[in-house]
Amino acid sequence: MLDHFPAADLIQVNLCADLNVKLETAYGSSFRFWRSRARLFEGYPTNLSEPPHRDCHVKSESEVVAMSIESAAFERVLSRHGRDPHALVQILRETQALMGWLPRSLLSAMARELKLTLAHVEGVAGFYRFFHTRPMGRLRVLFSDNITDRMLGSEALMADLCARLGIKPGQVSADGRVSVDQTSCTGLCDQGPALLVNHHHVITRLDAPRVAQLAELIRAEVPVPQWPADWFAIDHNIRRADVLLGMPLAPGAAIAAALARGAQAMLDDMKRSNLRGRGGAGFAAGLKWELCRNATGSIPGTAPGSTHYVVCNADEGEPGTFKDRVLLARHADEVFEGMTVAALVIGARQGLLYLRGEYRYLLEHLQAVLQRRRDQNLLGSAILGRAGFDFDIAIHVGAGAYVCGEESALIESLEGKRGTPRIRPPFPVEQGYLGQPTIVNNVETFCAASHIAAQGGAWWAGIGTHQSTGTKIHSVSGDCERPGLYEYPFGTRIDQILEDCGARDTQAVQVGGPSGVCLSAFEFDRRIAFEDVPSAGAFMVFDCTRDMFEVARNFAHFFAHESCGFCTPCRVGTALVVKRLDKLANATGGGRGSRHDLDVLFELDLLLHGTTHCGLGASACNPLRDTIIKFRPAYERRLESLHFEPGFDLDAELSIARRMTGRDDPAAHLEISP
Amino acid sequence: MTTPAPLPPLQAPRKLKLATVSLAGCFGCHMSFLDIDERLFELIEHIEFDRSPLTDIKQVGVCDIGLIEGGLCNAENVLVLREFRAHCKTLVAVGACAITGGLPAQRNHMDIGAILTDVYCTRQGLSASCRIPDDPELPLPLNQVHPIHEVVHVDYFLPGCPPSANAFWTFLNDLMAGRTPHLGHGLMHYD
Repeated sequence: MLDHFPAADLIQVNLCADLNVKLETAYGSSFRFWRSRARLFEGYPTNLSEPPHRDCHVKSESEVVAMSIESAAFERVLSRHGRDPHALVQILRETQALMGWLPRSLLSAMARELKLTLAHVEGVAGFYRFFHTRPMGRLRVLFSDNITDRMLGSEALMADLCARLGIKPGQVSADGRVSVDQTSCTGLCDQGPALLVNHHHVITRLDAPRVAQLAELIRAEVPVPQWPADWFAIDHNIRRADVLLGMPLAPGAAIAAALARGAQAMLDDMKRSNLRGRGGAGFAAGLKWELCRNATGSIPGTAPGSTHYVVCNADEGEPGTFKDRVLLARHADEVFEGMTVAALVIGARQGLLYLRGEYRYLLEHLQAVLQRRRDQNLLGSAILGRAGFDFDIAIHVGAGAYVCGEESALIESLEGKRGTPRIRPPFPVEQGYLGQPTIVNNVETFCAASHIAAQGGAWWAGIGTHQSTGTKIHSVSGDCERPGLYEYPFGTRIDQILEDCGARDTQAVQVGGPSGVCLSAFEFDRRIAFEDVPSAGAFMVFDCTRDMFEVARNFAHFFAHESCGFCTPCRVGTALVVKRLDKLANATGGGRGSRHDLDVLFELDLLLHGTTHCGLGASACNPLRDTIIKFRPAYERRLESLHFEPGFDLDAELSIARRMTGRDDPAAHLEISP
Repeated sequence: MTTPAPLPPLQAPRKLKLATVSLAGCFGCHMSFLDIDERLFELIEHIEFDRSPLTDIKQVGVCDIGLIEGGLCNAENVLVLREFRAHCKTLVAVGACAITGGLPAQRNHMDIGAILTDVYCTRQGLSASCRIPDDPELPLPLNQVHPIHEVVHVDYFLPGCPPSANAFWTFLNDLMAGRTPHLGHGLMHYD
């Protein structure tokens, strides 16, 4: 700090004044708020006050007041979770719901109560996008920023809303009323553009009139529940139903069938079904269950294998995927039933459902289903009267982190930590949640397991192809007449799906989301199956009017944003890819690409593919590589030169010095190309 | 009768031409390069210096290798860098400033116009007639300090602040032997 330099001269003071302006521009009202609180920084000159920043945070009056008002509620949150440090993410989420943000003083108190270090608590609070360690608007609006939202005009709508509210994206309005920003895909691509309010409510099918009305409601501070109800309507859009979407099971039927068979026979049936995980990797579910069932766990200080856990991965973060949202809303019984069958097989007493923060609005519904199932004796102790078969399910709500869809990162998050993927082995089936053997399966996998329990593994194995049994739900969005869910047996051709959803003049399909594969028209005769084109469920359609370069650039921004930051190749590499693509893009760099940039992009792809800590970084360049190979002209038309081209206007770099010196001689200019 | 002088070998191994320059740097990288000490004698068996602070040659000629220390802080830096790029088959960014902008880039947080005003006009103790120099002989400062790879294509990066003498030695030996330079553990470190 400058006051430690008694001889601080005029230059430095002037620079501080300049800094003040810069900070005010960057932080807006929250900075003005903090500057007005500057007297709380004893001994600091006024112009050195800082925006809310972790290194230099002093309790403000309003914070103190808020703390005393909310301390009773805070205490209720802590006791509800038994002051368990493993519940930190849930405690942060519920505490933030009380105040809108998480002041450092509160994090401090939390650390004390949970017997954690402040560094740990701040580290976790800083990791998840939905946690705020600086004041946010009382109303927080997040536009979904998937490419499908953009194709439906989300960028212009957000700009419109910001203009109406007089704020910039990422800023808090001067009165602290509202902040508007973007977030990764919210899983509503079939009814976008969508936005998320206060990390809780979603608004679908945005258009100009809705945005205009929304701005009015925000300005009038109308409470969210009083907004037009049809804004919050979420359609299931089931276009083609097969086993999972079309043959609902009576609650308890699958559990009864599994109990009648016995745990070992049920496991054998699972293996016979050859069901492969639906989250993307396609690991054999039966084998996973068997490994977990036989695992003893080996964390020092715990009884080996004393506890097994069943975890359902409902962190459906892959852009363009929304099948789990519908399964949870419409088929929660089958999902929970599948988890209960898994518990029977592996001997678990506790199940956890990791619900992505963006699906918070499903929580009450899911809690109600769980309660009904407890009442029906389908959860709890002695399920369906079988003594010793005790199992219950708790719901953990995430806070906006794509990487938590990776199973070991998901477990870290369940344990109240940052969602950093673990080094494997040991795999979760040996050492998962709290070091105990754990199976983590996708929502759709558990749903399928309940059908297998009810109808048998051989029946399931009879559907689909040899290596990819059963059916698969596809979340179809983008350029087609009928976006929504399409369930097909494995082995269905791409062009079949395109025809069914009413896609015309299709130039590309992104199967499995950004980390999947981009297919061009000459490949539309390929089939969805692990033998050919594997898919985690996303199916984004792009017609001939779309610019595939912009598609790849949107995905690159997504990965750079969602990188957990743990390993350098991914943290830095994804940012370098973004920088290079932005250089090529017309929008930001004025289109300054050269062939050299394409070489660099290929090198970055190789680097990320071979060196990152987990699959996020390894697959971050998939859309880039696919589009450079299959849609190369989309890149080539952006090349300004075959040689090197700087990413900025060199002559403009001398503009300030020219102005200050009044010079305009030849030496005061740098011609664009030598 | 005189004995004819022996003919020179048909394929005399040509010495590689090496040019070096310090742009917005502190010459620390050059000093570290000199720290290869007596190995300089071995080096000049294989290379010939072109433009470099070691030779005081002012114009860079056609070279095999160009070593660039320092980033770009003014118009002259850009012109010299472009000349090096045009004349050197292999261009190497040497040291933290060339690779990232380094210490001079700390000014990027400030406005260059405000800095010029502060230094030449409003600072205490200046005479009333002081103003920002505008002689055309003086290169104008860029709005921001840039690493060199943002303005020309760079073939290799030799990191360090400065790179150690052994790093220079290994790197140049790799280049001379036709191997892709690889510093590896020990020569790449961050303290």
